[in-house]
Amino acid sequence: MSTTELIREMPQGSGTEPAPGMARVVQPGEVDLTHGVILYLDDITVSFDGFKALNRLSLAIGVGELRCIIGPNGAGKTTMMDVITGKTRPDSGKAFFGQTLDLTRLREPEIAHAGIGRKFQKPTVFEQHTVFENLELAMKTDKRVRKSLFFRLDDAARDKITDTLKLIRLDTVADRPAGLLSHGQKQWLEIGMLLMQEPKLLLLDEPVAGMTDDETMRTAELFVSLAGKHSLMVVEHDMAFVEKLGGKVTVLHEGSVLAEGDLATVQADQRVIEVYLGR
Amino acid sequence: MRTSFTERALVTLSPGGWRALAAFLAVMLMGVPLLHLAVPAGSPLHVSDYVVTLTGKVLCYALVAVAMDLVWGYAGILSLGHGLFFALGGYAFGMYLMRQIGTDGSYHSTLPDFMVFLDWKTLPWYWQGSDHFWWAAFLVLAVPALVAFVFGYFAFQSRIKGVYFSIITQALTYAAMLLFFRNETGFGGNNGFTDFKRILGYSVTAPETRVVLLGVTSLALAGTLVLARWLVTSRFGRVLAAVRDAESRAMFIGYNPLWYKLFIWTLSAALCGIAGALYVPQVGIINPSEMSAAASIEIAVWVAVGGRGSLIGAIVGAIAVNLAKSWFTVSFPQYWLFFLGFLFIAVTLFLPEGLVGLWRRVQAHWAKRGEAMEWPPAPLEETAKPVASTVVPPPVPVVPLTEERPA
Repeated sequence: MSTTELIREMPQGSGTEPAPGMARVVQPGEVDLTHGVILYLDDITVSFDGFKALNRLSLAIGVGELRCIIGPNGAGKTTMMDVITGKTRPDSGKAFFGQTLDLTRLREPEIAHAGIGRKFQKPTVFEQHTVFENLELAMKTDKRVRKSLFFRLDDAARDKITDTLKLIRLDTVADRPAGLLSHGQKQWLEIGMLLMQEPKLLLLDEPVAGMTDDETMRTAELFVSLAGKHSLMVVEHDMAFVEKLGGKVTVLHEGSVLAEGDLATVQADQRVIEVYLGR
Repeated sequence: MRTSFTERALVTLSPGGWRALAAFLAVMLMGVPLLHLAVPAGSPLHVSDYVVTLTGKVLCYALVAVAMDLVWGYAGILSLGHGLFFALGGYAFGMYLMRQIGTDGSYHSTLPDFMVFLDWKTLPWYWQGSDHFWWAAFLVLAVPALVAFVFGYFAFQSRIKGVYFSIITQALTYAAMLLFFRNETGFGGNNGFTDFKRILGYSVTAPETRVVLLGVTSLALAGTLVLARWLVTSRFGRVLAAVRDAESRAMFIGYNPLWYKLFIWTLSAALCGIAGALYVPQVGIINPSEMSAAASIEIAVWVAVGGRGSLIGAIVGAIAVNLAKSWFTVSFPQYWLFFLGFLFIAVTLFLPEGLVGLWRRVQAHWAKRGEAMEWPPAPLEETAKPVASTVVPPPVPVVPLTEERPA
């Protein structure tokens, strides 16, 4: 779908009136952030054969925010990310990216182009491609077939890849097939790929799983430095890591939000303690 | 822009690759014609009709193998229906060859013989224009491409993958075969098209015509190889391999696999169409057996034997298996299918990277004996770097490169 079609698909407000924030023409690929909210989930329900993976989940993420999502296994964290990235369609509810983009009506590549990047729980990199090629493939550019056929890497793009390689500390292994990297290095490569996409919102599913303590702390520093410029949603079990990130924490339980606030408040919440320790 | 394009085209093949390609074309365009036409038949240097036709036929198969490797080796789509696209190209061009017979057929009618036999009075609508060479040439590309595009669009859109996709392609070609077997379809039923007389006014059996057809086939194969090589070394090729290895990852970084798969799939079908069109005048017959399930599976076997994911491998595989077939079907015709099945199993078990993989292992073995072993092993495509003679053996566990790799 082209960007003009994308715009045509945007809700245009009621009648002939432009919707709030639509008075100015939204540029192709631009996300309308005028209300300070980048992601807005409202009353989302997803059920698999009667099991409600998400149960009337509502959640909003602010522009530039670093939000941590915690919750026991089966709380619906991954399903929530699937809904945001278009992999799963909700049975009911709304999901908006910025003010205008209805995520429930876009397909995965369109959502990626709109500016949502996702890092999976299990690091998935292109194992047969080199580290450099992985970043090059992820780079924000026109990703249609015709452009890929005649694509040539210019100096600016090369510099950008080199900068990202340094940032994720893989510059010495740029020509190595990604399949030969260690687990922690693959995690970093995937984060690097995410950054190459220049997303506005990063979804990170257990980004420090399998990392050493040192790598975990470096990752936390990286994420904190990215907040503000990007919005981040981090799903993580490692409480030391969550504490280091220092943002607002949302606790999911049985498909809906149980508690929200800073880590200390959430940890003191009686219901949260029950969910984590009570059973 | 123009110069950068030329530069890009030049590095598509290595200098050695270009030289090998030039040598191949020199043999096919000059060597063979000279030895066939100018050297008298009694001379040991003479190249016979049989050899010229067999070479042409095998090169057509090699072209199909390259097309197959593009979708299977590079995009991970195993088609067991590529015989259909080959046959459609063959039939499209066969229509032209049938019209070129004119009134020289058994019934001396302007209609092809099988239509007279069926007591048809006029040409069906889809035969209109088939007496024009360029219209036939257009159909050769357009019909397989259109069928592939429509089929591929729905299959890839529905995210049908792996063995399910393979089975559907098999069903598709089988259905088409049943359709073409029917006399009412208007393509000669189970006899298909044969007894061709002329192509562009020249006798189809004249030595000169055969030599020209072989030359055109060689050029088509060389052109296809360069095009395919250019595709797989472009960013398009890298994306395609990325879709093959981790489709959902590719989607989440913004590639739509549908169009990538559809492009290579449709292109592959059109290339098969060209191969089919070149095959028919050289072999002199096209019939629905080309659409049989076994014929399509055989194409996959060629690529597996040669080494999927290597374009040269596909060509080597097609040539090796078909030469073996020509010999087998003469010496032990009843055992050919057993041998083919055995070959497929043996290659899958012991040579997962085919003959090309075997060759690389032999090379690596020599290199290891000589000095340091190269680690990591070269990836699928030909990117082997020369082993520096001064490097100390790396402190990595050396994987023994035995012939039988444990599964």
